[in-house]
Amino acid sequence: MTAPTEFHPWNDPQAKPLIRFQNVTKRFGEFTAIDKISLDIFAKEFFALLGPSGCGKTTLMRMLAGFEDPTEGAILLDGADIAGVPPNKRATNMMFQSYALFPHLSVFDNVAFGLRRDRLPKDQVQARAEEMIALVQLGPFANRKPHQISGGQRQRVALARALAKAPKLLLLDEPLGALDKKLRQETQFELMDIQEKTGTTFVIVTHDQEEAMTVASRVAVMDHGKIVQVATPDAIYETPNSTYVADFIGDVNIISGGADPVDGKIGIDWAEGQPPLTGICEQDIAKGETVFMAVRPEKVAISSEKPADRSNVVAGKVHDIAYLGNISTYYVQLSGGQIIKAQTANTRRIARRDFTWEDDVWLSWTDTAGVVLRQ
Amino acid sequence: MWGPYLMRRFALISIPYLWLLALFLVPFVIVFKISLSDIALSIPPYTPQFDPSAGWPGVTAFLSDLDLENFVFLTTDDLYWRAYLSSLQIAVTSTVLTLLVGYPLAYGMANAPDRWRPTLIMLVILPFWTSFLIRVYSWKGILAGSGYLNQFLLGMGVISDPLTILNTNTAVYIGIVYTYLPFMVLPIYAALERLDGSLLEAAEDLGCSRKSAFWLVTVPLSKPGIIAGSFLVFIPALGEFVIPDLLGGSKTLMIGKVLFEEFDKNRDWPVASAVAVILLLILIIPIILFQRNEQKQREAEQ
Repeated sequence: MTAPTEFHPWNDPQAKPLIRFQNVTKRFGEFTAIDKISLDIFAKEFFALLGPSGCGKTTLMRMLAGFEDPTEGAILLDGADIAGVPPNKRATNMMFQSYALFPHLSVFDNVAFGLRRDRLPKDQVQARAEEMIALVQLGPFANRKPHQISGGQRQRVALARALAKAPKLLLLDEPLGALDKKLRQETQFELMDIQEKTGTTFVIVTHDQEEAMTVASRVAVMDHGKIVQVATPDAIYETPNSTYVADFIGDVNIISGGADPVDGKIGIDWAEGQPPLTGICEQDIAKGETVFMAVRPEKVAISSEKPADRSNVVAGKVHDIAYLGNISTYYVQLSGGQIIKAQTANTRRIARRDFTWEDDVWLSWTDTAGVVLRQ
Repeated sequence: MWGPYLMRRFALISIPYLWLLALFLVPFVIVFKISLSDIALSIPPYTPQFDPSAGWPGVTAFLSDLDLENFVFLTTDDLYWRAYLSSLQIAVTSTVLTLLVGYPLAYGMANAPDRWRPTLIMLVILPFWTSFLIRVYSWKGILAGSGYLNQFLLGMGVISDPLTILNTNTAVYIGIVYTYLPFMVLPIYAALERLDGSLLEAAEDLGCSRKSAFWLVTVPLSKPGIIAGSFLVFIPALGEFVIPDLLGGSKTLMIGKVLFEEFDKNRDWPVASAVAVILLLILIIPIILFQRNEQKQREAEQ
């Protein structure tokens, strides 16, 4: 979801980032966890760090929190280098993956913990903690201990506790990982709501691409300590810059072949004796270069007659059907053995399905449906 | 009727109760009975003695001969309550000292690299492999006027005259702290080892310095270990006999020593039994508190 008003400070060259990573490298002994990352995160953003486990996203977050220092490069918060500033002196707060609630303290005392460390007057601590507990709708549970509430409620306590000190930057480490799917989806929207209400900058670490897409204003896809692409969720999905990103975000068909640029479009010779596929590419591609066409299954149409008006048409046989209720994914095997996935919405009842196993079908997609990638 | 399942359950539950009955309750009843008897020149040295062959009149005669005389006697001689108080004071002081030595040890162990921990635990338990008596005796050699400690300190030039440690309460404290240290270290270690490191990070993240995170998070969360360790030291220290006898002086007054003297030197089993019964009553309070602490901890973990 994007904010109702247009919000894209990353397109504004005048905008000053809240956080700036400058060529940051982090090594643990021989292992390079973060490899020369440069990245700007702007105030009020909901920024997602997305990647498989071990890609360095957690390390990046822990450097923001102050639990790790960069081996090389600098991290600027509001323009000031924060290297060497201990976690307790930073205007950042973190919501831990395990929630890290203090088991010996009540919900209220957990939320008030940070406020008390700032030696605020008692009535202010009381008022702020109550405000935060109300924000996450835990009023009736304020006197319970963490082991007396449910997992979802603990997650809210952790959020309230991290927000209580009104940090400039809130870090969320896999905040919804321990919740079941339904609760996770509800909580995602609540998180966005709270982020908007408080106007805090959120940086979330997750390996769940759906979660990142749902909550974030921008997503950084990471792999092996590097950032592969930073873009808005729709840009990441529609125009991935590599097959890695295309494959990591959602489902994708990838077809490789030799490039043949014609009239600003790229033809791809993907199989012997077959007409070339065409797609668009914003980069200059030399003739004969090996390229990859990435096309999303939902953009591939399936039909029994050969469509006349589509630029990319291939023939195949239905190999398998995955029925998911709302949609069906057809796994269509081409004559060369390659499997292409095509997705259709099940607007009609399953008894009236047009295709079944071993049917000969045509797959087609437009030349703007797929993106052509060099790697 | 009971099914075989209930029978098995009952059999299983009854084992600890039978154990307690045979090894705690029966001996206690015997000691309690002796404490109500009178000293006599016989074997065993008290009267009346239960004679089931005399039948019912024998039982009533036996019961009418029992009285609380020995407990009254304990209140007439201030040796006894002074010994109880002094034992209490020595037990409390040595428990605190053991905690002060044991906590940093346990903390160090819990924060040691994983591969070191089994070795460290082994080192804590290792002294148990040697007889307790020999270990306490060897402290005599260390603490004596011409012992190793004094030789070392004199040799280093730290002191010019040998310190008098042996046969004082200080030696008793050293002995108790040394002997009972593992009982303090292990429960605290167990509590600290379970501590989730992210709690300390969370505390720091919320504005704690390392030091205040220790006091606000580590210490409260190791409280069950501290309480368990303290009771495990306090309870046996209160009735301790060997350590004050070997290391303490004539001025060291502990109820364990009094008890031994009544039994052995005075051969006054009834008074000794009365002393033992009172000691048990004093111990019951901390034992109940200890059990409550364990119970609470178990509940919190569920």
